[in-house]
Formats: sequence, C-alpha cells, structure tokens
Amino acid sequence: MGRMRKLLIPGVDKKLLVRDAVKVMPDLARRRFISGGASLGALTFLTGCNVVDSDSADRMLAQISKFNDAVQALIFNPNALAPTFPESAITKPFPFNAYYDLDDAPEVDGKTWKLEVRGLVDNKKSWTLDELYQLPQVKQVTRHICVEGWSAIGSWTGTPLRDFLKLVGADTRAKYVWFQCADTEGYNSPLDMASALHPQTQMTFKFADEILPRAYGFPMKIRVPTKLGFKNPKYVISMEVTNDYKGGYWEDQGYNSFSGN
Amino acid sequence: MSSLAAADSHSAREPAKVIQPAWVRTMHWINALAMILMIMSGWQIYNASPLFGFRFSHAITLGGWLGGALLWHFAAMWLLMVNGLAYLITGLATGRFRRKLLPITPSGVIADARAALTFKLAHDDLSKYNYVQKLLYAGIIAVGIVIVLSGLSIWKPVQLQWLTALFGGYDVARYVHFICMSAIVAFLIVHVLLALLVPKSLRAMIIGR
Repeated sequence: MGRMRKLLIPGVDKKLLVRDAVKVMPDLARRRFISGGASLGALTFLTGCNVVDSDSADRMLAQISKFNDAVQALIFNPNALAPTFPESAITKPFPFNAYYDLDDAPEVDGKTWKLEVRGLVDNKKSWTLDELYQLPQVKQVTRHICVEGWSAIGSWTGTPLRDFLKLVGADTRAKYVWFQCADTEGYNSPLDMASALHPQTQMTFKFADEILPRAYGFPMKIRVPTKLGFKNPKYVISMEVTNDYKGGYWEDQGYNSFSGN
Repeated sequence: MSSLAAADSHSAREPAKVIQPAWVRTMHWINALAMILMIMSGWQIYNASPLFGFRFSHAITLGGWLGGALLWHFAAMWLLMVNGLAYLITGLATGRFRRKLLPITPSGVIADARAALTFKLAHDDLSKYNYVQKLLYAGIIAVGIVIVLSGLSIWKPVQLQWLTALFGGYDVARYVHFICMSAIVAFLIVHVLLALLVPKSLRAMIIGR
C-alpha cells in the first residue's frame, strides 16, 4: 500500500516513473517482484497489517540468507561424510532435472571438449577428456537432494576434486571454485573451498558405471553430496579458483548460496 | 460494613490477578507470527515437489516462488527457534509447565471432553486449564519440538545425519514435517475458534487479565 502512495507524487508522471523503475530491474527480479507482491498481500490480509513493503523485505531476506551462508559454513564439518548406500538402493530411473527440457540439454562433443582451468592455479593448461579419464577414479552411491525437496539415490564415478586441485597446484586458501557450464544461458555456480576439498566432492565422468549420459551432464559433472542438486553443475566447461564471489545461475535469483546438506 | 469491605477487597484483588504473565504473552504472539510465516512459506516450498496429489493455492502461500519461499522459511526459522527455545527454558525454569499442564489424567481428559462437547465446561477461572486444554497445550509443544527437529533433519541431512536417521531417513522426515504442520494447522483452527468463543481468554493473552 505504501508503495502505491509513494507513486502518487504530484507533478511526477506515474507512468514514466514506473517505466524508469522497471527498466533498472533485471528480468527475473521483475517477475519475482510481481509474484511476490501477491503473497505479501495475502500475509497483509491475514495479519491485518502491512508487514513489509516488498523492497525492504527483499533486502532483509537477502541479508538473512547471507547470515545463513555464514552459519552453514561454520557448522560444515569437512570430515562428515554423506551417507552412502548399496547399489540396490539406486533410484531407477534417476530423474532428469533442469530449467530446460531434455531435448534442449547441451550436446557436447567429447572429442573437441576441453576443461579450462583458470584463476589461482599453477598450471592453467586445458584438459581433454582422454587426459581426465587417465586420472584415478572412485565410485560412490549417495543421495542427491533437490532444492525442490525430492531426493534420489545415484551412483557416480570420477576423480575427487581435491586430488585434481592439488594436481593443478590450486591455491586452496582461495575462497571459491567457480564452475561454468555449456548450456546457452551460461549456467554457473560457485563452490566454497571447504566443500570443494571435501573427500566426496567429485569430478564425475560416469553414472551407474556408464559414461555420463547427456541427460546427467556429459562430459563432466561436479558431484557434491554435501550440497543441494543445483550446486552440482553439469556440462562443465571451466573451473576458476578465485577469491571473488562471482554469483551463480540460481544463486543470483535467490537460492541460498551455501545450500549445504 | 463488613460485607462491603469484603466486596471491596475482593474487587481490588481481582484485577491484579494476572492470568498470562508478560513473558507468555510476548512469546505467544512472536510464536504466532513465526508460525504463520513458516506455514505459509512452507506451503509454497511443498508446491515445488508435492508429497500428495494436491498443491496449496497461491493465494495462501508466501514467497511467490520456491526461492522466495525458502528465503522466508529460513529467515522465520530463527524467530521460531530462538523464541521457542526461550519459551521452553522459561516454562521449565519457572515451573509453569509443571503447574499448568500437569497432571494429565485420561479420566480427567474424558470427563472434560464430554463436558466441552455438551457445552457444560466451566471457564470461570482462566488461570486453571481444564484437562482438554492441558492435553492440547502439552501436545502442541511436543509437536512444535518434532516439527523443528524434522525440519533440521531435512535441512542438514549430512551434517545432522544422526537426527535424519532418527526420523527414518530424509524422505520419511519430509512426511513427518508435513504431518506436524497439519497437526499445528488443525490445532490453530480449534485454538482460534475456542478463543473467539471465550473472548476473555483472548483478552487475557493480550493484556494479561
């Protein structure tokens, strides 16, 4: 309600003002702004008072989400292993889940694909798939938990990320490993260093003992059993060791950045 | 004269009798706000991956979409947990729980439930809970503890895996969390209806008397 009153400023053209305001909002913020307004209205109705105006509520929630990042980093135990399961517990079929349909999933050519390694590392050489396949691999059967609430147990095989980081001489005192992916909208996601060094965090090349199929992120996925699914990037094309928080596809839209399990 | 004096002292003592102390009232209303925020954002989160064959209407959910609802849920959880913990500690330390909620006897509950359903239950002394109230209030405290613990086990199934295991695993913990929510909503409906039927109980929770 306060927002509407503020828009009625004498001498100021409402329409122009709104048009200017909308221009500075990114697309998704606009969409969320509108949908968020409806439910805030419901809350206002229920409690009988205007609890919050959208802007200050969004800022407050973003602040608390940052606080929650810090709390989660604090209680993260680098030695606590995600529970593992027998092969018989594997969910079949394992669900495909993305912001696009399977038909629109990236099709990466394994022969020309290279993993780019950037940032605070000694060796910035790019890696072909054949070179990566030479590295020692381990298999683990763990539970994948989606931010939406569902979960599924899968079998992933690959190289522990911490072994690879050591191999390329990464500065493991840096704050993040930032991944970029092959899909058209440029999926990306930051992984805090403690989680990147967790023994179960893996550069995954196989699902259920088969070369990673296109649905699950061919040629390489980062499997992080201590994180929600959206922090497990697929179709990875580069990793950057960095102290800068570079944001992420879902993180920028409001999903909690740490999102640890 | 003496009867007048007696009446005077009676009426002078009466308003001073606090039914709900300030800490109970404060924590009650903070909890009410936190619960409403948690339930409405929780419904929106549920909608992203429903456990049953229905979704909650967008008109009664909070957050607009999954990401917004999660932000609300993980913000209001602090309000719920800190306030709830303070309530439990104060309730135990002051002896209020023991005094107000115990003992709960099956025969007492049955007798009072029968009286309530035939509209013969007395509400003369609001400082004393009847057996149905005792059972419901003690029960909802227990449900409140279970919903927080099941919520924590869904949030941290690796860091708190012993807790998640206690609930029978991640997927079962989601059902437990949902069932506790349903119990709280059912309690809330009855609780609000009864407070409106006995308005002086609502007044006591606002101004204390």
